[in-house]
Amino acid sequence: MKKAQLKENLYRWFFGLFAFSSLIFLVGITIILFKEGLPLFKEINFFNTIAGRYWYPTYEPPEFGMLPLILASFWVTVGALFVCVPLGVGSALYIHELAGDRQKAILKPLVEILASIPSIVYGFFGMVIVAPLLQDWLNLPVGQTAFTGSLMLGIMATPTVCSIAEDALGFVPKGFREASFAVGANRWQTLTRVVIPAAGSGISTAIILGMSRAVGETMTVLMVTGGAAVIPKSFFQPVRPMTSTIAAEMGETVIGSTHYHALFAIGLILFFITLVFNIVAEFISRRFRIKLGLGR
Amino acid sequence: MKIGRIIMLSLLTFVFCLPQVFASSVTIKGSTTVLPIAQACAEAFMNQNADVNISVQGGGSGVGIASIIDGTADIGDASRPIKDKELQKAVARGVDPKAHVVAMDGIAVVVHPSNPINALTIKQIKDIYTGKISNWAELGAGSGEIVVISRDSASGTYETFYKLALDKAKTRPDSLLQASNQAVATTVARTPGAIGYVGLGYLSDALKAVDINGVTPSKATVLSGEYSLSRPLFMYTDGKPKGAVKEFLDFVLSDRGQKLAGEAGYIGLK
Repeated sequence: MKKAQLKENLYRWFFGLFAFSSLIFLVGITIILFKEGLPLFKEINFFNTIAGRYWYPTYEPPEFGMLPLILASFWVTVGALFVCVPLGVGSALYIHELAGDRQKAILKPLVEILASIPSIVYGFFGMVIVAPLLQDWLNLPVGQTAFTGSLMLGIMATPTVCSIAEDALGFVPKGFREASFAVGANRWQTLTRVVIPAAGSGISTAIILGMSRAVGETMTVLMVTGGAAVIPKSFFQPVRPMTSTIAAEMGETVIGSTHYHALFAIGLILFFITLVFNIVAEFISRRFRIKLGLGR
Repeated sequence: MKIGRIIMLSLLTFVFCLPQVFASSVTIKGSTTVLPIAQACAEAFMNQNADVNISVQGGGSGVGIASIIDGTADIGDASRPIKDKELQKAVARGVDPKAHVVAMDGIAVVVHPSNPINALTIKQIKDIYTGKISNWAELGAGSGEIVVISRDSASGTYETFYKLALDKAKTRPDSLLQASNQAVATTVARTPGAIGYVGLGYLSDALKAVDINGVTPSKATVLSGEYSLSRPLFMYTDGKPKGAVKEFLDFVLSDRGQKLAGEAGYIGLK
């Protein structure tokens, strides 16, 4: 009896360790980000960094203006929303509300396959196929632009948005629909006036998580956005988001230098952005569940 | 339970026997420019010396030198000489970085094959990259905006270009950044108005290399010193190389190793 209990405790500890290891990783990453990122602001004024317009990290004297990088991430993410919201929410609505069982059986796995394509494949596809096409069609000097990045990121974020939005639609209690049909509403009216408002905050969560996916994506934007560190004037100009700056420069920089700390500081900013996105998403989805009477 | 114990035991035996199988091991880390040379030489070397295990990793010149300072690699590859700050750090840790030039790399300035331009001066290149010249018409080569393509400003290729061609002037902020030689080559090959720079090993029919100050980039002009945009490639060690590390470096500098460097797209020293 005692041996069995000991064994059980042992297993408990063992798996508990696994469960808590992700917490350890999170804490470790956060500590390192702060430890390596904050020294930058000792050397350079925080405001000058965030609002600086020029990123020349290896010149004498170096300039660490992150505004072009932050704005580029912002632009590309907003652009991606214009692609992934209609596509993702639209396909979730179709799959959940309109598609028959056979279509559903084909469409759902297909969307999930889209999510499992590695980002470097999207990047390669964007660089070799999409960018030259856009360059020809729109008569641009170069095809690697914020628009190209938005397009690729939007396609990449679509499965995330679609599957979470579909879950949200699934949470809408059956009674809502039945009540709507009962008072004589047709399918379209039920969908637009009952189901979508009821699932609204769930869909918002889906969109925010899609944004969080887009803003943190690295390989694809590195390959398709061109990488010019300027404040973008139009969507059809090359830009350099924060993630691609870190990816391109980290391997070659002198470890412990100001430039190295600056790259960690960018990582810190990105970390905060995605953290806020995830907190907001969590907050909205909690309210959504309470609203539908699912509790928590 | 029994099976678990057997697996455990055999795993442990395997782990403890590894050092006996490979009598000595050499770890190489660093510049992606030097990587193809290190890799080709490591393979050939291990074929001859079955008792030496060489592991080759990329990461960049900064990583290569840092790994010599930290002692995490036996050889650190770099496409630039060690910097003062790195040297100070090395001295503080009691490390004595020794540079070994293993090959030369030439940097070619490339344009789209349809571009009528055949030659540029260093001054014109500087003007294009700093933004003084922004249209091909100013160089008498058709018309259209010049799309300036550069490398990430921390890469060894960029650093060499920035010192040798730009005389440390700032590139225009809207120049495109690409993360590798291959990415520059692909972009220039697909963009009629583009200008970029790549290692000589990346030249192909899809690109047109221009003469610089009247000198065509080639192995002969790099080795003779006529071609100005060239740089040495380094392997760093802590102090004088010994044992397997020395054998490997000797191999890299041998006729065979230098031939492999040539096949990897660089210029052997012999």
